Formats: sequence, structure tokens, C-alpha cells
Amino acid sequence: MVDQAALENDQPLLVAEALSKSYGRIAACRDVSFSLYPGEVLAIVGESGSGKSTLLQMLSGQLTPSGGQVSYRMRDGVTRDLTSLGEAERRFLFRTDWGYVHQDPAQGLRMAVSAGANVGERLMAVGWNHYGRIRDTASDWLTRVEIDTARIDDAPRTYSGGMRQRLQIARNLVTEPRLVFMDEPTGGLDVSVQARLLDLVRSLVAELHLAVVIVTHDLAVARLLSHRVMVMKGGRVIETGLTDQVLDDPREPYTQLLVSSILPP
Amino acid sequence: MTAMIEIADAKKTFTMHLQGGIELPVVSGVTFNVNPGECVVLSGPSGAGKSLILKMIFGNYRCDSGRIGIRHRGAVVDLATAEPRQVLNIRRSTIGYVSQFLRAVPRVATIDVVAEPLIVNGMARADAQARAGELLHRLNIPERLWQLPPATFSGGEQQRVNIARGFISDLPILLLDEPTASLDAANRAVVVALVAEKKRQGVAMVAIVHDDEIRHLIADRIVDVTSFAAAA
Amino acid sequence: MNAPAYNFAYLDEQTKRMIRRAILKAIAIPGYQVPFASREMPMPYGWGTGGVQVTAAILGPADVLKVIDQGSDDTTNAISIRKFFAKTAGVATTTATEEATVIQTRHRIPEATLHDKQVLVYQVPIPEPLRFLEPRETETRRMHALAEYGLMHVKLYEDIARFGHISTAYAYPVKVNARYVMDPSPTPKFDNPKMDNCAALQLFGAGREKRIYAIPPYTQVVSLDFEDHPFEAYRFNAPCALCGAENSYLDEIVTDDKGGRMFVCSDTDYCEGRQAAGHHGALSAAPYKEKAHG
Repeated sequence: MVDQAALENDQPLLVAEALSKSYGRIAACRDVSFSLYPGEVLAIVGESGSGKSTLLQMLSGQLTPSGGQVSYRMRDGVTRDLTSLGEAERRFLFRTDWGYVHQDPAQGLRMAVSAGANVGERLMAVGWNHYGRIRDTASDWLTRVEIDTARIDDAPRTYSGGMRQRLQIARNLVTEPRLVFMDEPTGGLDVSVQARLLDLVRSLVAELHLAVVIVTHDLAVARLLSHRVMVMKGGRVIETGLTDQVLDDPREPYTQLLVSSILPP
Repeated sequence: MTAMIEIADAKKTFTMHLQGGIELPVVSGVTFNVNPGECVVLSGPSGAGKSLILKMIFGNYRCDSGRIGIRHRGAVVDLATAEPRQVLNIRRSTIGYVSQFLRAVPRVATIDVVAEPLIVNGMARADAQARAGELLHRLNIPERLWQLPPATFSGGEQQRVNIARGFISDLPILLLDEPTASLDAANRAVVVALVAEKKRQGVAMVAIVHDDEIRHLIADRIVDVTSFAAAA
Repeated sequence: MNAPAYNFAYLDEQTKRMIRRAILKAIAIPGYQVPFASREMPMPYGWGTGGVQVTAAILGPADVLKVIDQGSDDTTNAISIRKFFAKTAGVATTTATEEATVIQTRHRIPEATLHDKQVLVYQVPIPEPLRFLEPRETETRRMHALAEYGLMHVKLYEDIARFGHISTAYAYPVKVNARYVMDPSPTPKFDNPKMDNCAALQLFGAGREKRIYAIPPYTQVVSLDFEDHPFEAYRFNAPCALCGAENSYLDEIVTDDKGGRMFVCSDTDYCEGRQAAGHHGALSAAPYKEKAHG
């Protein structure tokens, strides 16, 4: 696992500085800043229209900010402004060092292609050229996300929603990314399926020392998975801090409202 | 500073925005030290702010002003102004917290709940589970329960799992919120013994105990929290 | 009434210049699909308009033209196109591969080894090798530009997963000059090795899709595969029934309605040449003999 001293000396992996995005007069996102370190899980929590999805798009380089910047520390140790990356570099990053888990797994998978090919695609994209090894690696990953390996040749069209989502996670993690973006990964799933998925994500994050930015409207998900949380409303960050701090000792009116709205178990 | 914990003039007021912005000052001027190997017990009536102070030391509740000095890896860090990342590091390697009620991630087996603090710090799973097993034995949790998540256990059993988890690693500071509250005499004795062992290892502890007898057995000093009551 | 007068090879000179520019660009970037302003030709899309436009652009009065369709000079389409150029360009035509300077082909590469004075023009239906995996043109262009070909291997992976081997039998994707992945047109994979390091210039025209691409002479062309499932040239079990050739691509001809069949060279010129040279197969003649058409 990790060397404690090294952990504390780590440089930030992802840095957002004064990020904002406006569409004409509408400010979707205003002045968001934070640093994310390796192995940290940051939850961005907010209700619809809070700007959290816009923020995630900017952080993952899919949307150009109107103001501010996002920087990422590449594998060679150099921190680069995302907008300074060429398109080829950014696409490569997206396929190797980063993962992006969509809310709707159909958007993050090739539905007509077998599960094994879905997981193996990123490997083939970085030059793996041995069918046997690709298949074995894909098979390993299916086991890790608790999908029966007998289904490796089935297309995700034949999978249930929870299985598709787990397959999406395997597809993203096969290249051992350091940073994973998740957009409401449990949205639309049955409660028991959600629970299983969250447990899986939690153990994979710990095991692989992943840094994660997870967007969710569900405070329980934030409490379970994240170290830090950022509460957003109307495009602004209302409150930020350690997850247990913000959820146990909410300071801002909006945060207090959100926390008090959780149904007791 | 040789003390492990040095709190100076800490203050906490709750603002209830949902209730029209009522302000509830709870504590102010909180000042005391805790040295290695000593156990300070916070005393005072219910609602006086004992648990609150404990949570402030853990960084769970933020304080409005004042200083919470923690000796972390040889240097002194003010928890009140520390970066979230620092607080996480301090929790990982310096301060442990045994809450009043077990708060565990659902669906995780008891043995893993207890072993987790060791695994997170790099110990191999098998070794960590072995240590966890020893503690669970001492706290009289039968082995047949180890693979079950603790959510279905009795209050007393849950609390003993909580204690095992809190005591398993070698953190130099331990915060104990009512560690013996739901326990029978035999298990109370086990906890007292565990606390004594920690003292011999030089661990600094802050505890809240209602039971007079236990308090006499473990307290080196008593700090009366009512002296920190904030003016309403 | 005057007979219609055609410009040489039907197309006007400006169009030929446009197509030649596209061809030059294609040669400069082996395997890259160059868009061009495909003209309306006197034959519908799907009947070789791309190949015809390329041939029309490069033909000169001294050229000798051969046209084959599935290896044969005698099919309707081959004859029509040969007549078309005979009429509009007045060039000499031939069925003999070694005599031709320009060979327009649909779906086969001649068996005879081509030499450096020849140009092979392929008719291409769908030029984009990734089209069936990625329907968006915007995305496939990006993939070629960034050399993102993982998806192509996904297709091969799927084949192996489903059939135990790469089942693609024709239009087998190749990598040209170690850069662009290209669709060689629906030639059988048997023909793929002929494209590698070929002395002749190879030009590809897709009329409906409006793309031209090229492989310059002596260019490396490698069929895509996996290390543990390497590309294997196809081998037939028996030689040609007419000329005994063992290394040529064979057509299956049903001879009667009792299940009788024979395997005969698809390249008619090659087969006839061998028979004229004295080689014979198990059967002495084709079940029927075509009358030679001009």
C-alpha cells in the first residue's frame, strides 16, 4: 500500500482555479477552486441545476471553461493546463490515465460489442496485440467487478442495469487510471443494486489508490465514498470540507437544509 | 510542547438557519492539555458540551475560534486551521476516535471493520485480521459473529466492536466517548484493562465516562466542562 | 445527325485535373482517404463509377487497358467498362495482364505479378474500414487523424471470440506504410499479400462515397492481426480443375444439379495463359466456352 510520508508529500493531481462557465447571461458555474490529491475522493453534491455536471465536464476537459483553469499532473510529473494539451494528448489521457463513468452505462459502453471487447478496447488502443492476454485481463476484471466470466462474450445489451454499470467501471479501470470521474454512477439503479455498486466502488478506490471526483445528489453516497465534499447551489460552492465535517456540522443555511432533508434510515 | 493535545480558548456556537437563525453558543474558552500516557476525563451534565469538545479534537466539528494543537509526527499542528488533507492524515496516523455508537459502513464483516485501520496503514490483510481476532476475543465477541456485519448485533456487542476498532492500531491519541456505556461488568473490566495498557504505551487519552467507578479507575485528571459553558 | 463527340476518356479536362490532384495527394499520403468531387457518370452508383473516374483521369492515348470483374474479363460489367473506354478514349484494350498498362478491377487482384509500368485501379464500395463499427464520419476522421485504431482490433477480437479465428474473408483491413488503416476493397484476403511491396501503383476510387486513396509502389502493407492469431494466407485444397494452378484463387462452379462442382481459377486470363502453355488440370474444358467479346 502507501508510504505515509510519501502520501503527505504528494503533489496535487488535479487543481481547479476559479473555474467558471457562462452561457450568455446564465452563469452555470462560478469561481470554483480546489485541489485533489492521489487517493482522495471528492464528492460534488447539489440538486438539479446546481452546476455540478457542468463542473465535471470542465474538470474532465470536455467543456472549455469561460474563466479560470484546470491543471492535471501528468505521469511524468509535469502539471499541465488542460487547455494547453493537444487534442491527441487529451484523448490519450482520457483513454489511459483517466476514467469517466457515465450515469447511463449505455453511453460509456459499446452496447453491440462483447463485454470482453468492451474491457479490452482500451488495451488494444494502447497497443496490446495478443488476443490471449487481452482476453485474460478482461476476464480478470470481470471477476473483480463481480460479473460472471461466462458472460464475457455476451454484449452488454443482454446485461441488467447494475451489470452494465459494473462493466463500465471495469472498462474504465483496466488501464489503471489515476483519476476517475463519476457522474451519478448509481442513478437509476435499484436500491440493492446501488448498494452493491457502492461497495464495489469503495473497495476498488481503496485498493487502487484512485483519486475520484464523484458528482451526486445523494448525501448518503457522499458519506459512504468521499473524504471531502463540495456543496453546490446555483453554480457556486456553498460549503466545502471533510465529508464528516460538512454533513455532521453544516454551517451554511443551504447545507443545513440539505442535511436535514435526508430521510432517517 | 510535550503535551499531545493543547487546546487554547476554543469556542463553538451553532447557528440554526432553519430555525430562523437562532444562535446556540455551547462552549467558549475551552483550555486544557493532555500529556502522553495520561487519561483526561471530561465531566459535566448532559448537554454541557463534552461530546462536542471530543469531536472538535477529532476535527469532526469545526470550532469558531481558538486553537487545537495536536502533536503530529513530532510537529505541532493547529487542527482548527489545518487543511482538510492534513486533518485526514492526522486521523490516519495520530488520533483515533471511539464514538458513542458504532458507525460502520454497512455490509462489511465485523472482522474487516475492526481490521480496517491497520489495513489502511499498510498491514497485510491476513495479519490485520489476526490482530482483530485477538481483540474481539478479549472483548468476548464470539467467532461465529466475525463474518457478519455488526448492524444486527445488540447495542453492547456493537459497542465492543467499536472499541476493538478504536484500540487496534497504535495511534498516540485516543478519544473515547462513553466506552463502557452499554457493557456488563466483565466487559467493562476488559475496557479498563485496555485503557491501562494504552497508558503504559504512552498514549494520550481524552474520555467521557458517566460511571463513577470507571472514572476512578481510568482518570488521571478530571476536567469539568461546565467551566467552559458559553454565556447564552 | 452527328454522332456524339466525347472528350478523351469522357471527363472534361478540368475534372481530370481535379481528380489527378486528389490522386497525387493520395499517393503522397499512402492509405489516406482523399475526398474528391465525384462526377455523375453514365452508370449508376455501385457499378464502378469511382474506378471509372480514376481510370479516366490517368488514361493516355498510348495506354493499354484491361478491365476485370471478379477476375474475369468476360463478365457484363467488365465488358461494358472496356467498351466505354474503347469508345470514349479509343485506347487499345487487352485481356492479357502482362500487356496492360492500366488495369481496372472489381474485387480481385490478378495472379500475374504486376510490374512497375502498370497501374492497378480498384473499384471500392465503402472506403472506410471503421464504418461498420463507428457510423459517424466525424469520429472516423478523427480516429484516422490521431491513429486511434483500437476499434479495428476490437472487430478482430470479436471475430476470434465468436468464431475462434478472424473470420473476415474479404475486405480484410490493412495498415499502409505503418500509418493508415485501409480497406483494400472487397478483394479476398487471399489477395492481401499481393498488395505488399507491389511494383505497380495501386489506386482506389469510391464514386458514391467520393473518396480516392492510393498505395505507391514498394510500400509496406500489413494485414492486421494478433500476435497469437497471425494473418494466414488462404490456401485451397485442390488445384484449378482446368490448368492445375496451385497458387491461384479459385471460383466454385456448379456443374449439374446433382451436386457436381468444379474449382476453376477466378483470373480467367491467368488460367487461359497456363492452358495455352500446356498446363492442364483434372478436367479438360470449362463446361461451356464463352464467345470472346470485343
